Amino acid sequence: MISQMSPGTPRTAYRKIWESHIASGDPDSRALMYIDLHLVHEVTSAQAFNGLRAEGRRVRRPDLTLAVMDHTVPTWERSRPTPDPIAAEQLRQLAENCRAAEVPLLDLHHRRQGIVHVIGPELGLIQPGMTVVCGDSHTSTLGAFGALAFGIGTSEVEQVLATQSLWQAPATTLEIRVDGELPIGVTAKDMALAIIGRVGVAGAQGTVVEYRGSAVRALSMEGRLTLCNLTIEAGARAGLVSADQTTVNYLAGRAASPTGAEFELAAAAWRSYATDEGAEFDRTVVIDAAELVPHVTWGTNPGMVAQVTGRIPRLSDFHTELERQQAVRALDYMGLSEGTAIEEISVDRVFIGSCTNGRLEDLREAAAIAAGGRVHSTVRAMVVPGSQTVKRAAEAEGLDRIFTQAGFEWREPGCSMCLGMNPDVLGSGERCASTSNRNFEGRQGAGGRTHLVSPSMAAAAALHGHFVDVRQLHRAPLAPVG
Amino acid sequence: MEAFTVHEGLCAALSRNDVDTDQIIPKQFLKRTDRDSYGDAGFFSWRYDEAGNPRADFQLNDPAYQGASILVTGNNFGCGSSREHAVWALTGMGFRAVIAPSFADIFAANSLQNGFLPVQLSPTLVAQLRERAERRDGYRLAIDLRDQQVRDGGGVIAEFVIDPFWRECLLSGRDPIAMALSREEGIAAFEATRPRWSPRTTTAGLFS
Ligand code: SF4
Repeated sequence: MISQMSPGTPRTAYRKIWESHIASGDPDSRALMYIDLHLVHEVTSAQAFNGLRAEGRRVRRPDLTLAVMDHTVPTWERSRPTPDPIAAEQLRQLAENCRAAEVPLLDLHHRRQGIVHVIGPELGLIQPGMTVVCGDSHTSTLGAFGALAFGIGTSEVEQVLATQSLWQAPATTLEIRVDGELPIGVTAKDMALAIIGRVGVAGAQGTVVEYRGSAVRALSMEGRLTLCNLTIEAGARAGLVSADQTTVNYLAGRAASPTGAEFELAAAAWRSYATDEGAEFDRTVVIDAAELVPHVTWGTNPGMVAQVTGRIPRLSDFHTELERQQAVRALDYMGLSEGTAIEEISVDRVFIGSCTNGRLEDLREAAAIAAGGRVHSTVRAMVVPGSQTVKRAAEAEGLDRIFTQAGFEWREPGCSMCLGMNPDVLGSGERCASTSNRNFEGRQGAGGRTHLVSPSMAAAAALHGHFVDVRQLHRAPLAPVG
Repeated sequence: MEAFTVHEGLCAALSRNDVDTDQIIPKQFLKRTDRDSYGDAGFFSWRYDEAGNPRADFQLNDPAYQGASILVTGNNFGCGSSREHAVWALTGMGFRAVIAPSFADIFAANSLQNGFLPVQLSPTLVAQLRERAERRDGYRLAIDLRDQQVRDGGGVIAEFVIDPFWRECLLSGRDPIAMALSREEGIAAFEATRPRWSPRTTTAGLFS
């Protein structure tokens, strides 16, 4: 990261970040890229710390590293112990590794604990122009700040711990432009699901996506985080939104943000990373926001998605034999038939949370639907805030009471039923409306059936016991109290 | 890291697109903290029924594929989670290489880090290779990283492309971390140019 970009040929935000982070080598081939921030969690780090120790290497920059416990933590009261001894041992090793390397850790009991992709933004740790990595594919979330943020494997976690750098090759760029105004009841989640449905789960492979257009500009930071979160589900390396006034406003006053005159300097530098007028992308996809509707996935990957008013496709709609077989397997796993209307699908469970939709705005959106209603008698619904900070803010607004009065469970923060590594899992055959990001087989529990939706769609499904078009029930999000 | 020059072995077909890493290694195995206990866990839900018996309808359970070391599969293999455990599961099952029309980026990077070679070939060619493996009659391939060729008994089938950096690392068994450490001067010089306001996680009061 340099202090300010100089003018020249128009460049994309991605290209500016890449070129300005090369510690060694040539930007047109594989080069050593400096990493400004490394986020760490329990599931993908133990082997990396072990590797470091085996080679006698040290953590180069504990001050650019932050660890958190999120993936396996139970969401019941924090005073109760972690029931799974193997998970408890993994958490213990993270604490021990962080202590030995002097890496700050937000443990189970920390007041800033939360899902790794939720806590960074809250603290102001993610700023435009930065390079950010984490041993987790949904690190793409953090591109919402006009940063280059992507997931890495454990070997690369080890390299970043040891060298604060990674060997990277330049990516191609994909512009996804969403112009116009999102209709009421249609959210960033629906925008993202529509995009994946359009480009496919492998459609953005090898690219860094930049979301542009008036509908993207109109999104809040939280909406942009949701949008960038799902970029990985289209196969992209990373997704980002160039910094603008919304980004700068969000960062003002955050714990890790600069203050006073330095903030002005920083803000100017942040903006200089935005894509230049006239910069060229390798590919462009254009989407009309006005035509977007709420979406629901019906299959076993996020590209198997339909409009809420639509139906599951017919097998004859698939072009290749492999695709047809894949749809047959998906429908069999999901216990659904071709051509079924989405609104006829009933659910047993509802999960509102995750790094996709576990932030305050998401909870407000869900609460606006839940308020005064009652969870359907055949449904069990839970709300898991993305972080302790989100949980406190939601409680201060009374959202917890809206949920609990309507019959939703209100839990402690963590990844929870997004991947079911803690006690929150679907039983075999149970069907869930989930605000998370992956509907893969068994993701939320062996045999569990996941339908991805927005927070308001999930809340509506909880009340009605089946999917309903939230646009029919829409109420304005609850205004914050006070 | 594990070196790779040439590998010759039996091919097994996994005739599916978009095989995600949640299937290659389900989450219940991600609580372990080692790198080499995942062979039995690979494709767990597809491979075993609820009672723990091998499912007859899962391709890789086919006795004809016993001892296979080259996986031939569909598009977008390894999509989803960044879990490197997926590669550890595949190598634990005895695979040394995987051939597909395309790979998810993080999975491909993780594979290379472990000397497990992702070989990308055209969809038509991969479909042909898959068909040959599906005949279950001992179809074998040799994958040669030196001349970037895939060969079978009949000769050269295809040349494949691989990033020169990784080709070099794999042929020599050189460790990317050691290579980065040898660029210490560049890293330190870069650090000196970072702006003063760049966030630090150790700043006092950050988490209050
Ligand atoms: S909430 Fe889900 S997707 Fe997000 S980091 Fe946790 S497990 Fe991964």
